[in-house]
Amino acid sequence: MAVKEPSKADTRKLLNRNLAQLLKGGVIMDVTDAEQAQIAQAAGATAVMALERVPADIRKEGGVARMSDPKMIAEIQNAVTIPVMAKVRIGHFVEAQILEAIKVDYIDESEVLTPADDMYHIDKNKFATPFVCGARDLGEALRRIAEGASMIRTKGEAGTGNVVEAVRHMRKMRSQIAEVSALPTEQLATYAKDIGAPLELVRYVAKNKALPVVNFAAGGVATPADAALMMQLGADGVFVGSGIFKSADPKARAEAIVKAVAHFGDPVILAGVSYGLGEPMRGIDVESLPDDKRLAKRGW
Amino acid sequence: MTVGVLALQGSVSEHAKLIRSVNKKIDVVEVRTIDELATVDGLIIPGGESTTLRILVDNANLYTPIKARVEAGMPVWGTCAGLILLANNIEGERPYFGLLDATVKRNAYGRQIDSFVTEGDFADMYINMVFIRAPKITKVGEDVDVLSELDGAPVAVRQGNVLATAFHPEMTKDNRVHRYFCNMIENKV
Repeated sequence: MAVKEPSKADTRKLLNRNLAQLLKGGVIMDVTDAEQAQIAQAAGATAVMALERVPADIRKEGGVARMSDPKMIAEIQNAVTIPVMAKVRIGHFVEAQILEAIKVDYIDESEVLTPADDMYHIDKNKFATPFVCGARDLGEALRRIAEGASMIRTKGEAGTGNVVEAVRHMRKMRSQIAEVSALPTEQLATYAKDIGAPLELVRYVAKNKALPVVNFAAGGVATPADAALMMQLGADGVFVGSGIFKSADPKARAEAIVKAVAHFGDPVILAGVSYGLGEPMRGIDVESLPDDKRLAKRGW
Repeated sequence: MTVGVLALQGSVSEHAKLIRSVNKKIDVVEVRTIDELATVDGLIIPGGESTTLRILVDNANLYTPIKARVEAGMPVWGTCAGLILLANNIEGERPYFGLLDATVKRNAYGRQIDSFVTEGDFADMYINMVFIRAPKITKVGEDVDVLSELDGAPVAVRQGNVLATAFHPEMTKDNRVHRYFCNMIENKV
Protein backbone atom coordinates (compact mmCIF):
# COMPACT_ATOMS: atom_id res chain seq x y z
CA MET A 1 0.00 0.00 0.00
CA ALA A 2 2.10 2.91 1.25
CA VAL A 3 5.14 3.56 -0.91
CA LYS A 4 7.07 5.17 1.88
CA GLU A 5 6.90 4.29 5.54
CA PRO A 6 5.11 7.08 7.48
CA SER A 7 7.23 8.75 10.17
CA LYS A 8 6.39 8.43 13.84
CA ALA A 9 5.30 12.09 13.89
CA ASP A 10 3.00 11.58 10.88
CA THR A 11 1.42 8.54 12.52
CA ARG A 12 0.84 10.48 15.73
CA LYS A 13 -0.72 13.36 13.80
CA LEU A 14 -3.15 10.97 12.11
CA LEU A 15 -4.08 9.22 15.36
CA ASN A 16 -4.78 12.59 16.94
CA ARG A 17 -6.95 13.75 14.04
CA ASN A 18 -8.70 10.35 14.16
CA LEU A 19 -9.72 10.82 17.81
CA ALA A 20 -11.42 14.09 16.85
CA GLN A 21 -13.21 12.24 14.03
CA LEU A 22 -14.54 9.75 16.58
CA LEU A 23 -16.01 12.64 18.57
CA LYS A 24 -18.06 13.85 15.58
CA GLY A 25 -21.78 14.21 16.10
CA GLY A 26 -21.09 14.59 19.79
CA VAL A 27 -21.22 17.17 22.55
CA ILE A 28 -18.17 18.11 24.62
CA MET A 29 -19.16 19.67 27.94
CA ASP A 30 -17.29 22.01 30.30
CA VAL A 31 -17.16 20.59 33.82
CA THR A 32 -15.54 21.90 36.98
CA ASP A 33 -15.56 18.79 39.18
CA ALA A 34 -15.98 15.01 39.17
CA GLU A 35 -19.69 15.19 39.96
CA GLN A 36 -20.42 17.42 36.97
CA ALA A 37 -18.26 15.14 34.80
CA GLN A 38 -20.42 12.16 35.79
CA ILE A 39 -23.61 14.08 35.03
CA ALA A 40 -22.17 14.99 31.62
CA GLN A 41 -21.17 11.40 30.84
CA ALA A 42 -24.54 10.03 31.97
CA ALA A 43 -26.26 12.56 29.71
CA GLY A 44 -24.26 11.28 26.72
CA ALA A 45 -21.34 13.71 26.40
CA THR A 46 -18.61 12.33 24.11
CA ALA A 47 -15.91 14.11 26.13
CA VAL A 48 -15.58 16.58 28.98
CA MET A 49 -13.47 19.73 29.25
CA ALA A 50 -12.04 20.07 32.75
CA LEU A 51 -11.65 23.64 33.95
CA GLU A 52 -11.74 25.49 37.26
CA ARG A 53 -14.30 28.13 36.29
CA VAL A 54 -16.72 28.09 33.36
CA PRO A 55 -16.32 31.08 31.02
CA ALA A 56 -19.39 32.87 32.45
CA ASP A 57 -17.72 32.89 35.88
CA ILE A 58 -14.35 33.94 34.46
CA ARG A 59 -16.15 36.91 32.92
CA LYS A 60 -17.93 37.77 36.15
CA GLU A 61 -15.04 37.28 38.58
CA GLY A 62 -12.19 38.55 36.42
CA GLY A 63 -8.57 37.98 37.41
CA VAL A 64 -6.11 35.76 35.58
CA ALA A 65 -7.61 32.50 34.32
CA ARG A 66 -5.07 29.67 34.20
CA MET A 67 -4.72 25.93 33.61
CA SER A 68 -6.65 23.89 36.19
CA ASP A 69 -5.02 22.16 39.15
CA PRO A 70 -3.79 18.69 37.99
CA LYS A 71 -5.44 17.23 41.10
CA MET A 72 -8.84 18.39 39.93
CA ILE A 73 -8.18 17.07 36.42
CA ALA A 74 -7.05 13.71 37.82
CA GLU A 75 -10.26 13.45 39.87
CA ILE A 76 -12.26 13.98 36.71
CA GLN A 77 -10.13 11.44 34.80
CA ASN A 78 -10.88 8.91 37.53
CA ALA A 79 -14.60 9.69 37.52
CA VAL A 80 -15.37 9.08 33.82
CA THR A 81 -14.44 6.73 30.96
CA ILE A 82 -14.92 9.26 28.12
CA PRO A 83 -11.98 11.41 26.93
CA VAL A 84 -10.94 14.24 29.24
CA MET A 85 -9.76 17.53 27.74
CA ALA A 86 -8.29 20.50 29.58
CA LYS A 87 -7.34 24.08 28.72
CA VAL A 88 -4.01 25.87 28.66
CA ARG A 89 -3.36 29.56 28.15
CA ILE A 90 -2.41 30.68 24.64
CA GLY A 91 1.37 30.28 24.31
CA HIS A 92 1.85 28.60 27.69
CA PHE A 93 3.76 25.53 26.56
CA VAL A 94 4.72 24.52 30.09
CA GLU A 95 1.05 24.20 31.10
CA ALA A 96 0.76 21.98 28.01
CA GLN A 97 3.77 19.90 29.11
CA ILE A 98 2.06 19.38 32.47
CA LEU A 99 -1.21 18.29 30.86
CA GLU A 100 0.71 15.88 28.64
CA ALA A 101 2.47 14.46 31.71
CA ILE A 102 -0.89 13.65 33.33
CA LYS A 103 -2.13 12.10 30.06
CA VAL A 104 -4.99 14.43 29.28
CA ASP A 105 -6.64 13.14 26.05
CA TYR A 106 -6.89 16.55 24.33
CA ILE A 107 -5.45 19.99 25.14
CA ASP A 108 -7.43 23.15 24.32
CA GLU A 109 -5.08 26.11 23.77
CA SER A 110 -7.85 28.48 24.66
CA GLU A 111 -8.67 32.17 24.40
CA VAL A 112 -11.01 31.65 27.38
CA LEU A 113 -7.97 31.64 29.66
CA THR A 114 -5.75 34.71 29.98
CA PRO A 115 -3.08 34.60 27.24
CA ALA A 116 0.47 33.91 28.44
CA ASP A 117 2.07 35.07 25.18
CA ASP A 118 0.75 38.04 23.22
CA MET A 119 2.63 37.12 20.02
CA TYR A 120 3.00 33.37 19.63
CA HIS A 121 0.93 30.24 20.08
CA ILE A 122 2.37 26.93 21.31
CA ASP A 123 4.38 24.87 18.79
CA LYS A 124 1.93 22.01 19.07
CA ASN A 125 3.95 19.82 16.68
CA LYS A 126 6.33 19.19 19.58
CA PHE A 127 3.65 17.35 21.55
CA ALA A 128 2.31 13.79 21.27
CA THR A 129 -0.96 14.87 22.91
CA PRO A 130 -3.51 16.35 20.47
CA PHE A 131 -4.59 20.01 20.56
CA VAL A 132 -7.84 21.75 19.72
CA CYS A 133 -7.73 25.49 18.98
CA GLY A 134 -10.30 28.21 18.37
CA ALA A 135 -10.55 30.05 15.05
CA ARG A 136 -12.67 32.88 13.68
CA ASP A 137 -11.84 32.33 10.02
CA LEU A 138 -9.94 30.11 7.60
CA GLY A 139 -6.59 31.86 8.01
CA GLU A 140 -6.62 31.49 11.78
CA ALA A 141 -7.68 27.83 11.50
CA LEU A 142 -4.87 27.01 9.05
CA ARG A 143 -2.26 28.81 11.17
CA ARG A 144 -3.28 26.69 14.15
CA ILE A 145 -3.25 23.50 12.05
CA ALA A 146 0.24 24.40 10.77
CA GLU A 147 1.35 24.73 14.41
CA GLY A 148 0.03 21.20 15.01
CA ALA A 149 -3.64 21.50 16.06
CA SER A 150 -5.55 18.26 15.31
CA MET A 151 -9.00 19.78 15.74
CA ILE A 152 -10.52 23.22 15.23
CA ARG A 153 -13.50 24.89 16.87
CA THR A 154 -15.13 28.25 16.33
CA LYS A 155 -14.28 30.75 19.03
CA GLY A 156 -17.73 32.21 19.29
CA GLU A 157 -17.92 34.43 22.36
CA ALA A 158 -17.54 32.13 25.36
CA GLY A 159 -19.53 32.69 28.52
CA THR A 160 -22.18 34.87 26.90
CA GLY A 161 -24.86 32.28 26.12
CA ASN A 162 -25.15 34.15 22.83
CA VAL A 163 -24.59 32.12 19.68
CA VAL A 164 -24.18 35.03 17.25
CA GLU A 165 -20.37 35.00 17.18
CA ALA A 166 -20.15 31.22 16.72
CA VAL A 167 -22.56 31.58 13.78
CA ARG A 168 -20.42 34.37 12.32
CA HIS A 169 -17.23 32.31 12.63
CA MET A 170 -18.78 29.16 11.16
CA ARG A 171 -20.31 31.07 8.23
CA LYS A 172 -17.04 32.88 7.57
CA MET A 173 -15.11 29.61 7.55
CA ARG A 174 -17.59 27.90 5.23
CA SER A 175 -17.72 30.78 2.77
CA GLN A 176 -13.93 31.06 2.67
CA ILE A 177 -13.63 27.32 2.04
CA ALA A 178 -16.12 27.66 -0.83
CA GLU A 179 -14.27 30.71 -2.13
CA VAL A 180 -10.82 29.10 -2.12
CA SER A 181 -12.18 25.92 -3.69
CA ALA A 182 -13.38 27.96 -6.68
CA LEU A 183 -10.09 29.78 -7.30
CA PRO A 184 -7.79 28.99 -10.22
CA THR A 185 -4.59 27.43 -8.82
CA GLU A 186 -2.41 30.41 -9.80
CA GLN A 187 -4.35 32.58 -7.34
CA LEU A 188 -3.77 30.31 -4.32
CA ALA A 189 -0.40 31.75 -3.27
CA THR A 190 -1.77 35.28 -3.10
CA TYR A 191 -4.89 34.05 -1.30
CA ALA A 192 -2.67 32.26 1.24
CA LYS A 193 -0.66 35.44 1.76
CA ASP A 194 -3.83 37.51 2.19
CA ILE A 195 -5.31 35.28 4.90
CA GLY A 196 -1.92 34.61 6.55
CA ALA A 197 -2.00 30.86 6.04
CA PRO A 198 0.59 28.38 4.72
CA LEU A 199 0.20 27.72 0.97
CA GLU A 200 0.34 23.94 1.39
CA LEU A 201 -2.73 23.97 3.65
CA VAL A 202 -4.57 26.42 1.38
CA ARG A 203 -3.92 23.99 -1.51
CA TYR A 204 -5.31 21.15 0.61
CA VAL A 205 -8.51 23.08 1.37
CA ALA A 206 -8.93 24.11 -2.29
CA LYS A 207 -8.58 20.51 -3.44
CA ASN A 208 -10.69 18.83 -0.74
CA LYS A 209 -13.24 21.61 -0.10
CA ALA A 210 -12.73 21.00 3.62
CA LEU A 211 -10.29 21.56 6.46
CA PRO A 212 -7.82 18.71 7.00
CA VAL A 213 -9.23 18.32 10.55
CA VAL A 214 -12.61 18.18 12.24
CA ASN A 215 -14.31 21.53 12.94
CA PHE A 216 -16.59 21.88 15.98
CA ALA A 217 -18.77 24.79 17.10
CA ALA A 218 -18.04 26.53 20.40
CA GLY A 219 -18.76 29.76 22.23
CA GLY A 220 -22.26 30.80 23.23
CA VAL A 221 -24.26 27.61 22.64
CA ALA A 222 -27.01 27.58 25.30
CA THR A 223 -30.01 25.67 23.92
CA PRO A 224 -30.71 22.48 21.91
CA ALA A 225 -31.78 24.76 19.05
CA ASP A 226 -28.43 26.62 19.19
CA ALA A 227 -26.59 23.29 18.98
CA ALA A 228 -28.69 22.08 16.04
CA LEU A 229 -28.25 25.46 14.33
CA MET A 230 -24.47 25.05 14.44
CA MET A 231 -24.76 21.49 13.11
CA GLN A 232 -26.99 22.62 10.23
CA LEU A 233 -24.41 25.31 9.45
CA GLY A 234 -21.84 22.53 9.00
CA ALA A 235 -20.23 21.96 12.41
CA ASP A 236 -18.99 18.41 13.05
CA GLY A 237 -19.99 18.58 16.71
CA VAL A 238 -20.49 21.05 19.55
CA PHE A 239 -18.71 22.28 22.66
CA VAL A 240 -20.99 23.58 25.38
CA GLY A 241 -19.34 25.61 28.10
CA SER A 242 -21.35 27.65 30.57
CA GLY A 243 -24.62 26.74 28.80
CA ILE A 244 -25.21 23.53 30.73
CA PHE A 245 -24.12 24.01 34.33
CA LYS A 246 -25.28 27.66 34.40
CA SER A 247 -28.84 26.64 33.45
CA ALA A 248 -31.74 25.81 35.78
CA ASP A 249 -31.64 22.03 35.15
CA PRO A 250 -28.17 20.96 33.92
CA LYS A 251 -28.95 17.23 33.61
CA ALA A 252 -32.05 17.73 31.48
CA ARG A 253 -30.36 20.39 29.36
CA ALA A 254 -27.27 18.22 28.80
CA GLU A 255 -29.44 15.29 27.67
CA ALA A 256 -31.48 17.56 25.41
CA ILE A 257 -28.42 19.06 23.70
CA VAL A 258 -26.93 15.58 23.10
CA LYS A 259 -30.14 14.47 21.40
CA ALA A 260 -30.40 17.71 19.43
CA VAL A 261 -26.90 17.22 17.99
CA ALA A 262 -27.59 13.58 17.03
CA HIS A 263 -30.90 14.51 15.34
CA PHE A 264 -29.99 18.04 14.26
CA GLY A 265 -32.00 17.84 11.04
CA ASP A 266 -35.26 16.63 12.58
CA PRO A 267 -37.44 19.54 13.82
CA VAL A 268 -39.96 17.20 15.48
CA ILE A 269 -37.26 15.71 17.70
CA LEU A 270 -35.81 19.19 18.32
CA ALA A 271 -39.23 20.41 19.47
CA GLY A 272 -39.55 17.40 21.76
CA VAL A 273 -36.21 17.89 23.47
CA SER A 274 -36.77 21.65 23.86
CA TYR A 275 -40.13 21.14 25.56
CA GLY A 276 -40.33 22.33 29.18
CA LEU A 277 -36.57 22.52 29.59
CA GLY A 278 -36.59 25.42 32.07
CA GLU A 279 -34.44 28.55 32.11
CA PRO A 280 -31.33 28.59 29.95
CA MET A 281 -28.35 30.58 31.22
CA ARG A 282 -29.21 34.29 31.29
CA GLY A 283 -26.66 35.41 28.73
CA ILE A 284 -25.13 38.66 27.54
CA ASP A 285 -25.73 40.70 24.43
CA VAL A 286 -22.37 40.57 22.65
CA GLU A 287 -22.93 44.07 21.19
CA SER A 288 -22.83 45.43 24.74
CA LEU A 289 -19.35 44.00 25.38
CA PRO A 290 -16.43 46.41 25.12
CA ASP A 291 -13.53 45.21 22.97
CA ASP A 292 -11.31 44.32 25.92
CA LYS A 293 -14.00 41.94 27.23
CA ARG A 294 -14.20 40.03 23.96
CA LEU A 295 -12.35 36.74 24.40
CA ALA A 296 -12.47 35.91 20.67
CA LYS A 297 -10.03 38.74 19.98
CA ARG A 298 -7.34 36.78 21.81
CA GLY A 299 -5.20 34.71 19.40
CA TRP A 300 -2.78 35.80 16.72
CA MET B 1 -27.31 -4.23 -1.67
CA THR B 2 -27.92 -1.58 0.97
CA VAL B 3 -25.43 -1.09 3.80
CA GLY B 4 -26.49 0.97 6.81
CA VAL B 5 -24.20 2.98 9.04
CA LEU B 6 -25.65 3.81 12.44
CA ALA B 7 -25.45 7.61 12.23
CA LEU B 8 -26.06 8.85 15.77
CA GLN B 9 -22.44 9.72 16.64
CA GLY B 10 -18.90 8.85 15.58
CA SER B 11 -16.99 7.82 12.45
CA VAL B 12 -20.05 7.66 10.19
CA SER B 13 -18.79 9.45 7.06
CA GLU B 14 -15.51 7.49 7.12
CA HIS B 15 -17.37 4.15 7.02
CA ALA B 16 -19.80 5.40 4.37
CA LYS B 17 -16.96 6.55 2.12
CA LEU B 18 -15.10 3.21 2.27
CA ILE B 19 -18.27 1.17 1.67
CA ARG B 20 -18.98 3.30 -1.42
CA SER B 21 -15.43 2.66 -2.61
CA VAL B 22 -16.00 -1.11 -2.51
CA ASN B 23 -18.63 -0.95 -5.23
CA LYS B 24 -20.51 2.01 -6.66
CA LYS B 25 -23.67 -0.10 -6.90
CA ILE B 26 -23.91 -0.44 -3.12
CA ASP B 27 -26.33 1.99 -1.50
CA VAL B 28 -25.24 3.46 1.81
CA VAL B 29 -27.93 4.62 4.23
CA GLU B 30 -27.31 6.63 7.39
CA VAL B 31 -29.51 5.00 10.01
CA ARG B 32 -31.12 7.20 12.66
CA THR B 33 -34.67 5.82 12.64
CA ILE B 34 -36.56 2.52 12.59
CA ASP B 35 -37.72 3.24 9.02
CA GLU B 36 -34.14 3.71 7.85
CA LEU B 37 -33.07 0.51 9.61
CA ALA B 38 -35.78 -1.41 7.73
CA THR B 39 -34.14 -0.55 4.37
CA VAL B 40 -30.68 -2.02 5.07
CA ASP B 41 -29.23 -5.50 4.46
CA GLY B 42 -26.38 -5.04 6.93
CA LEU B 43 -25.45 -2.50 9.61
CA ILE B 44 -22.17 -0.93 10.72
CA ILE B 45 -21.98 0.36 14.28
CA PRO B 46 -19.14 2.90 13.99
CA GLY B 47 -16.44 4.07 16.34
CA GLY B 48 -17.40 6.79 18.78
CA GLU B 49 -18.13 6.84 22.47
CA SER B 50 -20.01 3.75 23.61
CA THR B 51 -21.60 5.57 26.58
CA THR B 52 -23.01 8.16 24.15
CA LEU B 53 -24.12 5.60 21.57
CA ARG B 54 -26.06 3.41 24.01
CA ILE B 55 -28.05 6.44 25.20
CA LEU B 56 -28.76 7.57 21.64
CA VAL B 57 -29.73 4.08 20.44
CA ASP B 58 -32.16 3.77 23.37
CA ASN B 59 -33.54 7.20 22.70
CA ALA B 60 -34.09 6.56 18.99
CA ASN B 61 -35.98 3.35 19.92
CA LEU B 62 -33.48 1.36 17.87
CA TYR B 63 -32.37 -1.14 20.54
CA THR B 64 -35.08 -3.77 20.03
CA PRO B 65 -35.27 -3.54 16.22
CA ILE B 66 -31.49 -3.77 15.77
CA LYS B 67 -31.27 -6.70 18.15
CA ALA B 68 -34.17 -8.48 16.42
CA ARG B 69 -32.70 -7.93 12.93
CA VAL B 70 -29.29 -9.29 13.97
CA GLU B 71 -30.86 -12.29 15.73
CA ALA B 72 -32.76 -12.95 12.51
CA GLY B 73 -29.46 -13.07 10.62
CA MET B 74 -28.71 -9.51 9.43
CA PRO B 75 -24.92 -9.01 9.26
CA VAL B 76 -23.65 -6.41 11.72
CA TRP B 77 -20.13 -5.00 12.15
CA GLY B 78 -19.03 -3.04 15.20
CA THR B 79 -15.76 -1.08 15.27
CA CYS B 80 -14.31 -0.10 18.65
CA ALA B 81 -17.37 1.41 20.41
CA GLY B 82 -19.47 -0.86 18.16
CA LEU B 83 -17.59 -3.90 19.49
CA ILE B 84 -18.34 -2.79 23.06
CA LEU B 85 -22.06 -2.48 22.29
CA LEU B 86 -22.17 -5.95 20.68
CA ALA B 87 -20.34 -7.90 23.41
CA ASN B 88 -22.35 -9.93 25.94
CA ASN B 89 -19.93 -9.08 28.72
CA ILE B 90 -18.27 -5.72 29.51
CA GLU B 91 -15.88 -5.63 32.46
CA GLY B 92 -17.37 -3.38 35.17
CA GLU B 93 -20.45 -2.39 33.13
CA ARG B 94 -23.73 -3.90 32.09
CA PRO B 95 -23.63 -5.27 28.54
CA TYR B 96 -25.74 -3.71 25.77
CA PHE B 97 -26.85 -5.76 22.76
CA GLY B 98 -25.17 -8.97 23.98
CA LEU B 99 -25.04 -10.34 20.44
CA LEU B 100 -21.39 -11.47 20.53
CA ASP B 101 -20.09 -14.08 22.95
CA ALA B 102 -17.07 -12.10 24.13
CA THR B 103 -15.79 -10.18 27.15
CA VAL B 104 -14.37 -6.69 26.53
CA LYS B 105 -12.48 -4.26 28.69
CA ARG B 106 -12.93 -0.59 27.82
CA ASN B 107 -9.95 1.76 27.29
CA ALA B 108 -7.69 -1.19 28.06
CA TYR B 109 -4.79 0.13 26.00
CA GLY B 110 -4.73 3.46 27.91
CA ARG B 111 -5.46 7.09 27.10
CA GLN B 112 -5.01 8.96 23.80
CA ILE B 113 -1.24 9.25 24.20
CA ASP B 114 -1.15 5.43 24.20
CA SER B 115 -3.13 5.13 20.94
CA PHE B 116 -1.14 3.40 18.17
CA VAL B 117 -1.01 1.98 14.66
CA THR B 118 0.21 -1.53 13.94
CA GLU B 119 -0.12 -4.14 11.21
CA GLY B 120 -1.29 -7.71 11.25
CA ASP B 121 -3.35 -10.48 9.70
CA PHE B 122 -7.10 -10.13 9.25
CA ALA B 123 -8.67 -13.35 7.94
CA ASP B 124 -6.31 -14.05 4.98
CA MET B 125 -5.17 -10.42 4.50
CA TYR B 126 -2.39 -8.30 5.97
CA ILE B 127 -3.68 -4.87 7.04
CA ASN B 128 -2.92 -1.69 9.00
CA MET B 129 -4.71 -1.50 12.32
CA VAL B 130 -5.52 1.83 14.00
CA PHE B 131 -6.16 1.57 17.75
CA ILE B 132 -7.61 4.68 19.43
CA ARG B 133 -8.39 4.43 23.15
CA ALA B 134 -9.31 0.92 22.15
CA PRO B 135 -11.11 -1.82 24.08
CA LYS B 136 -9.46 -5.20 24.63
CA ILE B 137 -11.21 -8.51 24.00
CA THR B 138 -10.26 -10.53 27.06
CA LYS B 139 -12.29 -13.68 26.40
CA VAL B 140 -14.26 -15.23 23.54
CA GLY B 141 -16.80 -18.06 23.47
CA GLU B 142 -16.33 -21.35 21.60
CA ASP B 143 -18.45 -20.31 18.63
CA VAL B 144 -16.38 -17.19 17.99
CA ASP B 145 -13.74 -17.18 15.23
CA VAL B 146 -10.68 -15.04 15.87
CA LEU B 147 -9.76 -13.18 12.65
CA SER B 148 -6.92 -11.03 14.05
CA GLU B 149 -4.68 -11.17 17.08
CA LEU B 150 -2.34 -8.70 18.72
CA ASP B 151 0.13 -9.95 21.30
CA GLY B 152 -1.91 -13.11 21.66
CA ALA B 153 -5.23 -11.31 22.32
CA PRO B 154 -8.07 -11.26 19.74
CA VAL B 155 -8.65 -7.86 18.09
CA ALA B 156 -11.04 -8.94 15.32
CA VAL B 157 -13.67 -11.64 15.82
CA ARG B 158 -16.65 -13.12 14.03
CA GLN B 159 -19.56 -15.15 15.30
CA GLY B 160 -21.76 -16.03 12.33
CA ASN B 161 -23.34 -12.78 11.12
CA VAL B 162 -21.64 -10.66 13.81
CA LEU B 163 -18.25 -9.07 13.00
CA ALA B 164 -16.35 -6.92 15.48
CA THR B 165 -12.99 -5.15 15.42
CA ALA B 166 -11.24 -3.37 18.29
CA PHE B 167 -9.44 -1.24 15.68
CA HIS B 168 -10.68 1.24 13.06
CA PRO B 169 -10.42 0.11 9.41
CA GLU B 170 -12.49 3.23 8.55
CA MET B 171 -9.54 5.43 9.53
CA THR B 172 -7.37 3.97 6.75
CA LYS B 173 -7.59 4.22 2.95
CA ASP B 174 -7.74 0.43 2.68
CA ASN B 175 -11.28 -0.87 2.01
CA ARG B 176 -10.58 -4.59 2.29
CA VAL B 177 -12.25 -5.09 5.67
CA HIS B 178 -15.27 -3.19 4.31
CA ARG B 179 -15.19 -5.52 1.30
CA TYR B 180 -15.09 -8.49 3.69
CA PHE B 181 -18.22 -7.17 5.44
CA CYS B 182 -19.98 -6.59 2.10
CA ASN B 183 -19.21 -10.20 1.22
CA MET B 184 -20.83 -11.29 4.49
CA ILE B 185 -23.97 -9.42 3.40
CA GLU B 186 -23.78 -10.69 -0.19
CA ASN B 187 -23.69 -14.28 0.99
CA LYS B 188 -26.84 -13.68 3.06
CA VAL B 189 -28.86 -11.66 0.56
